[in-house]
Amino acid sequence: MGHPAATPSSATAQDSAWIGRSMERVEDAALLSGNGRFIDDLGVRPGTLYAAILRSPHAHADILSIDTMAAKAAPGVAAVLVGADVKALTASLVVGVKAPVECWPIAMDRVRYVGEPVAVVVASDRYKAEDALDLIDVRYAPRPSVIDPLAAITPGAPLVHDGFPNNVASDRHFSYGDPEGAFASAAHRIAIDINYPRNSCTPIETYGVIAEYNVNDGAYDILANFQGPFSIHAVISRALKLPGNRVRLRTPPDSGGSFGVKQGVFPYIVLIAAAARVAGRPVKWIEDRLEHLCASNSATNRATTLSAAVDATGKILALDWDQVEDCGAHLRAPEPATLYRMHGNLTGAYDIRHMRVRNRVIVTNKTPTGLNRGFGGPQVYFALERLMQCIAVELDFDPLDVIQRNVVPSGAFPYRTAPGALLDSGDYVKALELGASSGGLEELKARRAAARAEGRIYGIGYAAIVEPSVSNMGYLSTVLTLAERRKAGPKNGAQATATVSIDPVGAVSVHISSVPQGQGHRTVVAQVIADIFGVVPQDVRVNTEVDTAKDAWSIASGNYSSRFAAAVAGTVKIAADRIAARLKRIAASHLNVEADDVTFSNGKVHSQSNPDNAMPFARVAALSHWSPGSLPDDVGHTIRETVFWTPPELAAPDDADRINSSLCYGFIFDYCGVEIDRVTGEVRIDRYVTTHDCGTILHPGMVDGQIRGGFGQGFGAALLEEFAYAPDGSFLAGTFADYLVPTATEIPNPVIVHMQTPSPFTPLGAKGVGEGNCMSTPVCIANAVADALGEKNITLPLVPARVRALIAGDEPPAPAGVTTQPRSRKPGDRGLQGEGSAEVGASPQAVWDMLLDPNTLQAVIPGCHSVEKVSDTHFRAEVTLGIGPVKGKYRAEVKLSDLDPPHAVTLSGSADGALGHGAGEGRITLVPREGGGTTLTYKYDAEIGGKVASIGGRLLDGATRVIIGQFFSALAHRAGGGGAADGAASGLRAWLRALFGGAR
Amino acid sequence: MPRLTATQRHSVRFRLNGHPVEGSAEPRMQLADFLRHELGATGTHVGCEHGVCGACTVLVDGMLTRSCLTLAVQVDGCDVRTVEGLAPERGRLSVLQAAFRRHHGLQCGFCTPGVLMSLDRYLSTNPNPTEDQLRELLSGHLCRCTGYTPIIRAAMEAAATLASSTRQEDSTHV
Amino acid sequence: MKPAAFDYVRADTLDEALAVLAAEGGDARIIAGGQSLMAMLNMRLARPKVLVDIMRIGDLDRIAEERGRIVVGAGVRQAKLLAWSELAAKLPLVALALPWTGHEQTRSRGTICGSVAHADPSAETPLCLIALEGEVHLRSARRRRVVAAGDFITGMMNTARQDDEMIEAVSFPIRAGNGYGFREVARRHGDFAITACAAIASANGIRLAVAGVADKPEVRNWPDLDGSALDDALNAFAYELDARDDIHATARYRRDLVRQIGREVIMEARRCRA
Ligand SMILES: Cc1cc2nc3c(=O)[nH]c(=O)nc-3n(C[C@H](O)[C@H](O)[C@H](O)COP(=O)(O)OP(=O)(O)OC[C@H]3O[C@@H](n4cnc5c(N)ncnc54)[C@H](O)[C@@H]3O)c2cc1C
Ligand code: FES
Ligand code: FES
Repeated sequence: MGHPAATPSSATAQDSAWIGRSMERVEDAALLSGNGRFIDDLGVRPGTLYAAILRSPHAHADILSIDTMAAKAAPGVAAVLVGADVKALTASLVVGVKAPVECWPIAMDRVRYVGEPVAVVVASDRYKAEDALDLIDVRYAPRPSVIDPLAAITPGAPLVHDGFPNNVASDRHFSYGDPEGAFASAAHRIAIDINYPRNSCTPIETYGVIAEYNVNDGAYDILANFQGPFSIHAVISRALKLPGNRVRLRTPPDSGGSFGVKQGVFPYIVLIAAAARVAGRPVKWIEDRLEHLCASNSATNRATTLSAAVDATGKILALDWDQVEDCGAHLRAPEPATLYRMHGNLTGAYDIRHMRVRNRVIVTNKTPTGLNRGFGGPQVYFALERLMQCIAVELDFDPLDVIQRNVVPSGAFPYRTAPGALLDSGDYVKALELGASSGGLEELKARRAAARAEGRIYGIGYAAIVEPSVSNMGYLSTVLTLAERRKAGPKNGAQATATVSIDPVGAVSVHISSVPQGQGHRTVVAQVIADIFGVVPQDVRVNTEVDTAKDAWSIASGNYSSRFAAAVAGTVKIAADRIAARLKRIAASHLNVEADDVTFSNGKVHSQSNPDNAMPFARVAALSHWSPGSLPDDVGHTIRETVFWTPPELAAPDDADRINSSLCYGFIFDYCGVEIDRVTGEVRIDRYVTTHDCGTILHPGMVDGQIRGGFGQGFGAALLEEFAYAPDGSFLAGTFADYLVPTATEIPNPVIVHMQTPSPFTPLGAKGVGEGNCMSTPVCIANAVADALGEKNITLPLVPARVRALIAGDEPPAPAGVTTQPRSRKPGDRGLQGEGSAEVGASPQAVWDMLLDPNTLQAVIPGCHSVEKVSDTHFRAEVTLGIGPVKGKYRAEVKLSDLDPPHAVTLSGSADGALGHGAGEGRITLVPREGGGTTLTYKYDAEIGGKVASIGGRLLDGATRVIIGQFFSALAHRAGGGGAADGAASGLRAWLRALFGGAR
Repeated sequence: MPRLTATQRHSVRFRLNGHPVEGSAEPRMQLADFLRHELGATGTHVGCEHGVCGACTVLVDGMLTRSCLTLAVQVDGCDVRTVEGLAPERGRLSVLQAAFRRHHGLQCGFCTPGVLMSLDRYLSTNPNPTEDQLRELLSGHLCRCTGYTPIIRAAMEAAATLASSTRQEDSTHV
Repeated sequence: MKPAAFDYVRADTLDEALAVLAAEGGDARIIAGGQSLMAMLNMRLARPKVLVDIMRIGDLDRIAEERGRIVVGAGVRQAKLLAWSELAAKLPLVALALPWTGHEQTRSRGTICGSVAHADPSAETPLCLIALEGEVHLRSARRRRVVAAGDFITGMMNTARQDDEMIEAVSFPIRAGNGYGFREVARRHGDFAITACAAIASANGIRLAVAGVADKPEVRNWPDLDGSALDDALNAFAYELDARDDIHATARYRRDLVRQIGREVIMEARRCRA
């Protein structure tokens, strides 16, 4: 119902009663009634304290001192921790590559990104904890920062970590087949350069941790909305310097979305655990949205150059990848996994036998990266599928023809790619045809033709990708050289776990360690069980909370790489099948039939040949509890079965660096038509068609839900979302008014087409489906825009101003008499220039004397409380600055230089406070006026960073100008300002006029 | 005109989903925090604390209200409604809630309480909404899981169901 | 993200509110709908000593027609004005622009006067008030005064309001026979405008007001220009606004919008007048 295209067609689905049906989810009634149990909904132990975190306003700086005295003395405060306190209790988090580099959850003596924790306050409530944050006084010495990945690896760039020479953490070359030969012999070499931006899936629930240290046991008990992988548990316990059995990690029943992101809570698990140990009480921390956007985690940004050797028919003979992966300020576990997750399928959906790869992992002064839905896919496919479009344009083929010519042929599955992936199943050729016909490609082409005939800007884009799922825990070791791998020992596989239990009244419970974050795992597991035991899903209880002290789990546990349907649900089936086999034997002895004849349906265990010969399921199921002696010999029991399942296909990388990085590979074929508004540059999606082959569909409604959700995020990445940084490392997207998540008015409803080729490698034939559109949609939309504009250089996100810049010609010149501010800088750059002038009554000498007088400075510096004269030309001041209701206290330094009395002086200043920091320099010139008085002219450059930059971006420039204007106008006023002020900045001019003109 | 001092907790009373409730709050306490942590009504969620995500949306005297942009002391004496009050009785779902379940209008369910409050309020005064109107209404909510289409479908179906049931009621009254 | 501590006064009468403002001056802040102020409090961008809640002062919640003007009291929420049955007839421009302010869920709380007091350079209500040559009615314990909207807003989030004053009401003149055009471009529905343009076509010519570009809404009056003369006027206006870059748009983009959307709304206003 409502999902016509999603009708299940595989054998498994048809044979079964529940699997394949879009049944209502067992999760929903509670969630719809306000009875969810998210981490912040759960009660805490009496006496629990609350943490708040002070974060760095600088992208890169040395910490000179941290004064926590006042904070410690503040009401309600139990403890204040700084780096050294954390270091005393913990060890560095492990770093993903071998290098003399440490990674702490809090800055030690140097901050490396805006938002890096600097201090933690633990207090009786969150409000009081934040009050105390305001009282911590940190002095920084800023260092030059490096933001752009390619700039980071140019010689002489500032170093983020001394242990990563040239900011490079890893540099590996790979070669598969004979790429040199292929490139040498190919008719064409076609290349593309990509800068994939930073973004994140930003779950609506933020991070949360509740930690407690039991001093008698020497053990931590931690509840966190962590999502896995539980390999991170080993990282956490190592950092807490305890064996894993003393670090009990639990997850709450519900989690408000993750999309990979909540993997990144783990440094805070360590941090809050340390705080709890110091405080001697349980400590709770709920991240706020500003913290989340600025400092939780981000997908990697990546600079890629991808070249293809192409023959005259458009067939790709070889690829040459050069990827520079920007992991931000720390290489946090499991990075550099984003780069290697796709390694085996770097050839995409195509049959390409030769490939060369250079992978560099680098660090910059940005938030450390981590899991994000699509994990490496968006970055790889943006390059690969843009390249496919460019090949079509350059060789004058239809882009779909180029895709068709290159996809892995039908009947070739399982297909081993050059870099080692074993594409399990599929029929890409058929899927392309199905997608084109069911989605109405011809009609879309007709719409394009019609639109273009009317002079409208319209384009069509395509993307054909494979969606990997169920990660091989060994893929990351591809980053190591063969020798390093041999030394480290093999890593491979992906243990999935499931426990099926039957209680004394025959009720079935299941536990899985899949940590769902909204994907309805409990429903699907209930469906799987219902089919096997012949009960209804509503009778099955599924628990998905993880408790590492009691539950079956392994490093692969968790909710990532779309592993649930393919691996976890299948493992549930294996466990239930084992119990079912035993139940059949037990029932057979009671029903006097052969075990083979026993079956389950309608709550009964019965003979297949004679359905009336039956027993209630519950009775048979309970026998192991009540009457073990009556069970047939050697049947064991049916009380509980725990299964660990790992697919044999997930082998470690071989000696030639070939790696089957995932177990399953779904196929996606997307296309869309877009129209671009000539005036606004807005990109409107006319139609978006997405075709999926994710193997057997277990729950059509949920599969479509995953597709729509992923599509929405891919759409956002294409058009709206970016973690923007200024060149100085200021973070510019600190609120949901700056980091733009698409709403219901933006996201269109995609047309979904399904095809089902079951995976031969998974117990249920299912593959992952959750991440595909995050990989395919950004590039599909970009290709459509490229087609619409005939433009090769497409950068995400496609913000209207950026798109319009591609269509607008030269700008009409400014009319005579109107000058514009010099603007050599890029959008988002925080460098701000301004100038202005004022006529004042005082003579140049009088104005000059004022400038050098602390009392005058105190009067003219906006909001100045005190001025301390350090030298004749150096002053220190305490000021309150602000506009409207926004006010903050700052420590300011003012220096005078290039003195040319009484004509000109350079005034440089800096201010530093809780709301941010700024620095500026201005040249003031004083020219005597005829008939007395002075014309005071000024010109300045300023730069602002910190909190105001990340949350006030839209208003910041204007606000800064107002404040600087306040200074000069106050100066002018003091000097007897009067006549018309004359400046180029009209806002400032108006302001000055209002101030003087209005007053006189 | 009492002046509630900053450092003290003050008694706050209002009706929550039709029942009188009372708790104490400093003037600065957000209504969202008061509902959740003072009154234990944790159905209302907090996702941004700056008015954009909509997860905290409740009704105050019939007005859609961001409970993160409202102080607890501001609603003293008001009528407050939250997701916990939507169902006709405990253990049942309203027409709108049931439509959400049927159409998979939620995944993680974190945005859902706010979305439900907006839709419930809107449908009560706009029984025949168009899809565009609903999309515009929902522009005040961020959902990261669903891509919104299932939410729209659920709301359209609920509107139709509610409209037909009122029509029936009307005709029985005639 | 929790506010710093403040006292809270729920004023029952205007005098009570004014008394607090008189006593506390700049340390007091009025809270109306809270849709701008609360976010700033939560982020600790604003730290007033005392908040004065004016939303229970019954007299302020009024929309009235007085001497050819529509007076909107400080207690009137955006949703209420939008739902006012005579809005389209009396203030067509406001009827066009107000739906662009935020979302249903913020208009239900945010006030008209709060938006003017806040003086966000992109906000629609100040734009309309300035375009329509409206007035701001200020009140303090000492005096009452009326300031032209164009003089009231002096810059980004800066107004001519003294610390002890509050806005009691704003008023919009009713002008029959004029034509109006409004359009804005924002990144998403409900976001603050990158550029918003409001045009009025009257017997005197055209009046174009633009928000989102300069520090405050700016206006130009032109005779009935057309063709390249209009282009030149728009181009000059676009440059005079001294647009800036931010993460959402470039200065050039904003100028382009002033030229193009400006022309569009002028044409719309003329059509509508005709
Ligand atoms: C998600 C979101 C989106 C938004 N989008 C837009 C948008 O697109 N366009 C837009 O214009 N606005 C938008 N807003 C802001 C909204 O319109 C605010 O309601 C408005 O700016 C302020 O009105 P308020 O009544 O809420 O004032 P408050 O937030 O209560 O106060 C704002 C400021 O004005 C002062 N103030 C309020 N009333 C008075 C008075 N009577 N006298 C003196 N001072 C007073 C306060 O002290 C405070 O400094 C948005 C808000 C949100 C949360
Ligand atoms: S928490 Fe209130 S709108 Fe996001
Ligand atoms: S259902 Fe998860 S955010 Fe909406």
